Amino acid sequence: MLTVENLEVSYGDVRAVDGVSLEVAEGAIVAIVGANGAGKTTLIRTIAGMLRPARGRITLRGADITGLPSHRVCNLGVGQVAEGRQVFPSLTVLENLEMGAMLPRARNDQARNLDRVFMLFPKLAERAGQAAGTLSGGEQQMLAIGRCLMGKPDLVMFDEPSLGLAPTIVQAMLQTIRDLNREGLTCVLVEQNVAVSLKLASRAYVLENGRVTLSGTGEELLADDRVRQAYLGM
Amino acid sequence: MPAEIYLNVAISGLLTGLVYGLMALGLSVIFGVVRVVNFAHGEMMTVAMYVAVVLFAQLGLDPLLMMLPIAALLFAVGYAMQMALINPFIARPEHSQFMLMVAVAIILVNGLLIVFGPDAQTVQTSYAFDSFAVGPVIVDATKLYAGLAAILVAAALFAFFQFAPLGKAIRACADNYTGALVVGLDVKRLYALSFGLGAACVGAAGAIIVLIVDVTPPLGPAYTLLAFIIVITGGLGSMPGALLGGILIGLTEAMAGLFFTPSAKSMFAFAILVLVLLFRPQGIMGKRLT
Repeated sequence: MLTVENLEVSYGDVRAVDGVSLEVAEGAIVAIVGANGAGKTTLIRTIAGMLRPARGRITLRGADITGLPSHRVCNLGVGQVAEGRQVFPSLTVLENLEMGAMLPRARNDQARNLDRVFMLFPKLAERAGQAAGTLSGGEQQMLAIGRCLMGKPDLVMFDEPSLGLAPTIVQAMLQTIRDLNREGLTCVLVEQNVAVSLKLASRAYVLENGRVTLSGTGEELLADDRVRQAYLGM
Repeated sequence: MPAEIYLNVAISGLLTGLVYGLMALGLSVIFGVVRVVNFAHGEMMTVAMYVAVVLFAQLGLDPLLMMLPIAALLFAVGYAMQMALINPFIARPEHSQFMLMVAVAIILVNGLLIVFGPDAQTVQTSYAFDSFAVGPVIVDATKLYAGLAAILVAAALFAFFQFAPLGKAIRACADNYTGALVVGLDVKRLYALSFGLGAACVGAAGAIIVLIVDVTPPLGPAYTLLAFIIVITGGLGSMPGALLGGILIGLTEAMAGLFFTPSAKSMFAFAILVLVLLFRPQGIMGKRLT
């Protein structure tokens, strides 16, 4: 569904992503793991059209989307649950969700998608009129996911969805991602929580210093000595 | 002096202040969303004033009726300016944005000087000397219409930002730029829309204020400064603050004219600014910066 070939992204002289290639199959959960500063967020933001690559190609269902602005990429069905949640703090929960539905592809289904999001996260319905900035971290993460789903995405890139959340909420969040995937959503999962994300993933890539150093099925990587040493502390 | 005089002058100042507030509202919208300081704000206002003067002189069109068409014209100018000129400067350092906007301001002032010359131009409507007597108080008809028109435009703008999907999207951009990109809002277009709306405020305010003030090209820089005083007094980024600041400055100017001399009015406006900066640096309705 999504293919990245030899992608290079630089901030000035610093090359954050250095020749990354990866493939996301329709209906898969693909995990990208790596230490802080490995280039995971840069990779996600470049795919999303928020950063321009210096070199390389990004294709979605065979069509070249390299260098398209973010609003066009979103409208092709590539959603993002960004690092740090990125909700609109002074807008209400409902207004935040409406912003997710501003995309031309989702505008006409706003009511139905809103019902679906409220069903998935009843807490958001309870707090619909409240400013998003007053929500707890877990609730803001729900809002970020709900807002993304309002845009009717076919593929969602989750960037550190469990960062800063309590362990029980992390479990619920990952369960939600698994459920969404079962309903047909293709997922790219960037997680610090390597063990869990590898268990969830059908395919996984290890990113180090902007390069893919290992790839395979989630199970293969879980069994790999280098991964066990570097990321699982075994 | 009889007590009614104070009331008359206060009401007159308040009504003028509403028009000032509308002008400052435009500056506040532009800064609040696009984060670019429009140093050509007053100059754009004088452009709108000259458009109103020409329409009145050549075609006999009343500035109040022309308020919306002139606002629409300035909207288009603002939208185009943001798309063509300012968007490429968004990621640049503040001093180069400053130079860009000052350049625009200087071009506008001198363009107006070339076309219209330095002499003051004025609009004489049929209702220029009408007034209403409310009990002992006499309200100038022109100023009453001007104040009401300003309230109308400001209310429409508030409603747009509160209820219209595009208005909410603009607030979202101002709230979290990265978040706006993440959900797929077309930020550049929303910026252009915001600058257009800010310019439309100035267009409406300009069309209204020719009823009260004679226009000369150097009025531009003076209005830019006035808009700054008002926005900082009211609270940077607060839309109700801009209106309130306008009223406060309008009142202050009027009272200063009454108690001292009209030429001292700017001094008192600045005194208010200094007091606000000393005791409430975030402005009357501004949020404290953290």
